[in-house]
Amino acid sequence: MINIIDEKCVGCGVCVSACPFDAIDIKDDKAVILDNCTICGSCVSSCNFDAIDFQKEESDDTIDKSEYHGIWVFGEQRNNEVLPVVFELLGEGRKLAEELAVPLSVVLMGSNLADKAHTLISYGADNVYMVEDESLETYNDQSYTDIFTQLVNTYKPEIILIGATTYGRSLAPRIASRLNTGLTADCTYLSIDKETGNLMQTRPAFGGNLMATIVCPDRRPQMSTVRPKVMKPIEPDSTRTGEVIRPNVNIPENIKIKVIDQVQTLCEKVSLTEADIIVAGGRGMGEPKNFELVKELADVLGGAVGATRATVDAGWIDYSHQVGQTGKTVGPKVYFACGISGAVQHLAGMSSSDIIIAINKDADAPIFKVATYGIVGDVLEVLPELIKEFKGRL
Amino acid sequence: MDIIVCVKQVPGTTEIKMNKETNTIIREGAEAIINPFDEYAIEEGVRIKEKMGGSVTVLSMGIPKVADLLRETIAVGVDNAVLLTDRAFAGADTLATSYALATAIKNMESYDLIVCGKQAIDGDTAQVGPSLAEKLGIPHTTNVKKIEEIKEGYIRCQRMTDDGYETIEMSLPAVITVVKEINEPRLPSLKGKLRAKKTEVKLLTAEDIGADVNLCGLKGSPTQVIETFVPEFEVKAEMFEGSAKEQAKSLADALLSMKYAKRVD
Repeated sequence: MINIIDEKCVGCGVCVSACPFDAIDIKDDKAVILDNCTICGSCVSSCNFDAIDFQKEESDDTIDKSEYHGIWVFGEQRNNEVLPVVFELLGEGRKLAEELAVPLSVVLMGSNLADKAHTLISYGADNVYMVEDESLETYNDQSYTDIFTQLVNTYKPEIILIGATTYGRSLAPRIASRLNTGLTADCTYLSIDKETGNLMQTRPAFGGNLMATIVCPDRRPQMSTVRPKVMKPIEPDSTRTGEVIRPNVNIPENIKIKVIDQVQTLCEKVSLTEADIIVAGGRGMGEPKNFELVKELADVLGGAVGATRATVDAGWIDYSHQVGQTGKTVGPKVYFACGISGAVQHLAGMSSSDIIIAINKDADAPIFKVATYGIVGDVLEVLPELIKEFKGRL
Repeated sequence: MDIIVCVKQVPGTTEIKMNKETNTIIREGAEAIINPFDEYAIEEGVRIKEKMGGSVTVLSMGIPKVADLLRETIAVGVDNAVLLTDRAFAGADTLATSYALATAIKNMESYDLIVCGKQAIDGDTAQVGPSLAEKLGIPHTTNVKKIEEIKEGYIRCQRMTDDGYETIEMSLPAVITVVKEINEPRLPSLKGKLRAKKTEVKLLTAEDIGADVNLCGLKGSPTQVIETFVPEFEVKAEMFEGSAKEQAKSLADALLSMKYAKRVD
């Protein structure tokens, strides 16, 4: 519960503006916590007078944390290819594992995956838990949750990292709910608290406008989904050794959910969320046919095509290309924002890109605030020049 | 077909700016609203009911004031509104929220389908839908963009994936979370508004639903926020001047030299 210590409160009102939920008021020169307080704790660090007391009631049934050991990464595969985010998580997991001096393992589910184990080991895994069955070839929420949970209950890892992909963000909450443990969504920064050994998980909330650091102090495993393209893989080393473990699990029967068809609508070779380069267009492209320029530049660079909500709503391009709060969250190495003004909802979906290039007529457009490189000009003139330039030099 | 739609009250804006002098958050004051993704969930629930008969119940957890927002949903075709409201629920993370919602749902007479928005725009976690399905022991599908067929005990729907979509069959009862592509929510009708005025929102406490308070709210939440901060975008963009051709060349120079530099590493 959050309490104001009246003796210390000077009624300065700093906490009122720090509250993301409008849940603090000043009455008689003292701060008062209102009923709509969600106990998020944002106000505590804002107070310059230590007048806000935040106490978590200890839950009675704490578990024996010492039983839990090691870091796991979910080895998501699609069409028998391990996704790039898995290698990124192994890179990050390696760092955490070294800090905690514990092993790093991958859980790989599917069918005919034997040749993948060595690659995962070369990217930093000490162990590969491999479960192969025909029924696991394509992702299935029910079977994957069931098997993953069986493995957690047998081997008891202290940390589980799962890529924040469509499947990862569906699987992770299901597992966390079955294990009654904490899960932090879509993390962009991870570290270990030196004192407690807890995993500190930092993630964007409020459409990227607020960052929150979250811990799971009393439960194990500590679970995070991690945004793709944020963590860095290590340089693979084929001389690394590791162990392949084929655990005994019950493959679930009586499946209540079945994938009957999979359709790829994004025609590019690379999917938007995994792309290294994204060329995205906004309203400033003027009309639908000008989107061809965006597509052409993406083609030349081997990238994917993104779009703003406005262009999707106007029917210029399919929703599957939408980047932003109500679309996809991306973090490529290079993001071209062509004729995009940079509404906060759009920035929420792409501001973690390494390099952002903004091309816009309006020099005051907010997109320039997050851009690495900016061109003020007519996107319809600049894009053809860029296409020419890259065609000639790549 | 009896449908439950789970909705969340969120701040009307997610815009958070920093006051540099006082190092505090400036929130542009905005009314609380129903999470925009949940509007699509409500609309989908109402459409299924209109086709198949049955009822739509909205369910939320929050402060008593949320009842006003729930009442408004009656105007777009919802039949019943239920609000879990109790200090014991405050400070819930996604696990404790799912537990409370699941406990309330288990008390309801019958249900075939639970519809949630893909995620809430304040937390952006997208976790409550799947977590709730697990607590109820029923299947779920996230990011549903179309229901192809629904009938007694069966649903076939399309789920958006990272590179396209897939068609999924599930047995009912089940949970789906929906994306905005699924429909275009209707505006409230005048008749609906009148009905909304007369409708009582059912308020339930933790005790009413028989919830274990140790599993609710802050106490039942394994995760804890220890710090929040406003990210700084203090990148100073390097601007390229000149004609379109010159600008394009400068940009290509900058990007290609970077790529080259990385390769040398």
